[in-house]
Amino acid sequence: MLSVRDLCKSYVRPRESVVALAGVSLDIAEGELVAVRGPSGCGKTTLLLAIGGLLAPDAGVVEVCGQNPYSLAPNHRAAFRAATVGFVFQQFHLVPYLSVLENVMAPVLARPVPDAEGQARGLLEQFGLAERSTHLPGELSTGERQRTALARAMLSSPKLILADEPTGNLDEDNARDVLTSLADFAKSGGAVLLVTHDSAVAGHADRTLQMESGRLREPPDGALLCLGRAAEH
Amino acid sequence: MESRAERWASGGGRGQQPETPPENRLAAGQRKSLRFSKDEVLGRDRHWPATLPWRPGLYVLLSFLWFFVHAGDRIEIEMNVWRLIRREIHHRRLNFGLAALSVMVAVGVLVAAVVLLRSHDLRTEQLLKFKQEEADRQLAKMEDDYRKYMKELGYNLLILPRQQDLTEFLQSGYATHTMPEEDVEKLAASGTTLIRHLLPIVQQQVRWTEKERVITLIGTRGEVPIRTRAPREPMLEAVPRGRAVVGYRLAADLGIEPGQRFALLGAEFEVLSVRPRRGGTEDTCVWLNLADAQRLLGLKGRINGIEALKCHCASDEGTTLDDEIANLERAITTVLPDTQILLRENRVTVRAKARGRAKRVRVETLAKWERDRADLRGARETFAAFLVPLVILGGAAWIAFLAMGNVRERRSEIGILRAIGVRSAQVLAVFLGKATLVGLVGAVAGCAAGIAVGAVAAQITEGAFSPRAVAIPWVFLVILVVAPVLAGVASLVPAMAAAAHDPAVVLRED
Repeated sequence: MLSVRDLCKSYVRPRESVVALAGVSLDIAEGELVAVRGPSGCGKTTLLLAIGGLLAPDAGVVEVCGQNPYSLAPNHRAAFRAATVGFVFQQFHLVPYLSVLENVMAPVLARPVPDAEGQARGLLEQFGLAERSTHLPGELSTGERQRTALARAMLSSPKLILADEPTGNLDEDNARDVLTSLADFAKSGGAVLLVTHDSAVAGHADRTLQMESGRLREPPDGALLCLGRAAEH
Repeated sequence: MESRAERWASGGGRGQQPETPPENRLAAGQRKSLRFSKDEVLGRDRHWPATLPWRPGLYVLLSFLWFFVHAGDRIEIEMNVWRLIRREIHHRRLNFGLAALSVMVAVGVLVAAVVLLRSHDLRTEQLLKFKQEEADRQLAKMEDDYRKYMKELGYNLLILPRQQDLTEFLQSGYATHTMPEEDVEKLAASGTTLIRHLLPIVQQQVRWTEKERVITLIGTRGEVPIRTRAPREPMLEAVPRGRAVVGYRLAADLGIEPGQRFALLGAEFEVLSVRPRRGGTEDTCVWLNLADAQRLLGLKGRINGIEALKCHCASDEGTTLDDEIANLERAITTVLPDTQILLRENRVTVRAKARGRAKRVRVETLAKWERDRADLRGARETFAAFLVPLVILGGAAWIAFLAMGNVRERRSEIGILRAIGVRSAQVLAVFLGKATLVGLVGAVAGCAAGIAVGAVAAQITEGAFSPRAVAIPWVFLVILVVAPVLAGVASLVPAMAAAAHDPAVVLRED
């Protein structure tokens, strides 16, 4: 599903160069939910944007469903993104003047979805937002907003969902609901790459990777066990 | 026998429509009763809108408003760029309202200027027509008076030899050159219809040796009849041979009385009469028969000039006194090429000059009035030419400023839309579409406001407003096309900046 090889990315500033990704390699199979943990500024968001075709890497190869998005022209890359990748962000990034239903249907702007409204209403039902379909994002709680963003990411039936701190602004119950939904999506044949610094995520992930200074590594088993217990607790 | 149902099935015979079977009649009737006309469905009274002369315009306006408010509001939601634009406008009404207001002001100023200038033109046209009619009436009266004078009097001319120096003649009061006496016969026989009376004269200043006086001796033979004219009462009786008429001052100084005899340059004459006092050089003249005078002056068969009295010339409104005199001179010199004419001032010439002056004054007054109106229009046009571009530029800058703010405010939205696969061209369309709508709404409102302001301004400055001043559909059409285009151009840079937003930068910042 997802193959990343030796991905490098640096941000060049006038007096310094910040290495965000230093040779990251990663594979995610269908049905897998992979969590990447790490402190702020370690390159998690950069990894997500690079995999999502939004940020061209300096070196390395990204392949989503066997396709390198950076080998495509910008418009084709946008179409590829619309068809293959769903995004979920910590800040939700809902369009403030569109209703919940319209926000969920926003991917239709990029790519036609058969019976988009029916599917959107089904997703809202699934996420417990059916009663909120006509509300504006400003009228929702943070949990509802994140669920709306999740529903939006799932509307076009993407193969891969990239989630950047999806539980960062949520309370425990809402965080659990969101993570369960992502896990369900993965179980239904999709793949999820989730970056977070939340230790509770590990309990829902099939694999958890540690990211430090632009590099990925498998955490020690003990650490994983601790994380799992923390999640259960 | 064919049953009723079979007849229905077969169509009921040639040329007949199939009859509805009895069992279906109620159903058909029910269907009919359920079918409402469009008017009934819309709750429309057919008679009400027919009374409104502006019905088509009202429908267009209502359709536009309906489209603006409800387009896309179908039972099935369709996500498209138009929906985004409409929702965003509804969400940020102040931003849209301020942008549309700037277009409205710019268009309003332009339309008001056009309406005011057109009102000015129409008012000028109306006033000019009124003034011309008034002047024509006065001139017609003057022409009529002039024709009456002309009919009664006509011009008085003096025909002189061509070689006569007119300055010398005017200074001395008599001609020093002569012309053949038969010239007067030629003119009388020429068939001219322009002259009524012809009087040949010989005139010279002489020293009356017997009385030691300088006098003006005038010889005349009376009026020469013009052959094409019916005989009429002569204006002046000829002095008989051997007799003389003496001027008042001369007679008074010398004690001359009618019936007396006196010697003049060796010849003896009897006083026929003494002229009444004139108060001029005529009071020192002596009139003799032309032949006697020619003999005394040694000018046998010669004359100094011919008095042509009550001359007429065809004239129309455009001819001046000089034109008419030139026409008369042309007619006379055609017959007598070695002559020239001198116009004698009389009431007709005074009237003719007054008429000419009145014409000139009329033309100059109207021209000055037109110049003043043109100057006023020019001043207004200059002001509009300065104000309108300024307001349009200001409006465009304001729209660009608002659009830039709008783009900054929507960075996050642009970022997520780009992330989910929306193309930059679609983002561009969202911003340009909104700008176009701003231009269209502002243009419609601006046209209405401009008409109202222009009408009030015309009422104040011109004292009247004509609906013809707003009968300029092509202006409104151009505005309704150009305003949205200009609003789009003003928003182009911000829209391009929005389309060029790197979603990765926006999403990473958040």
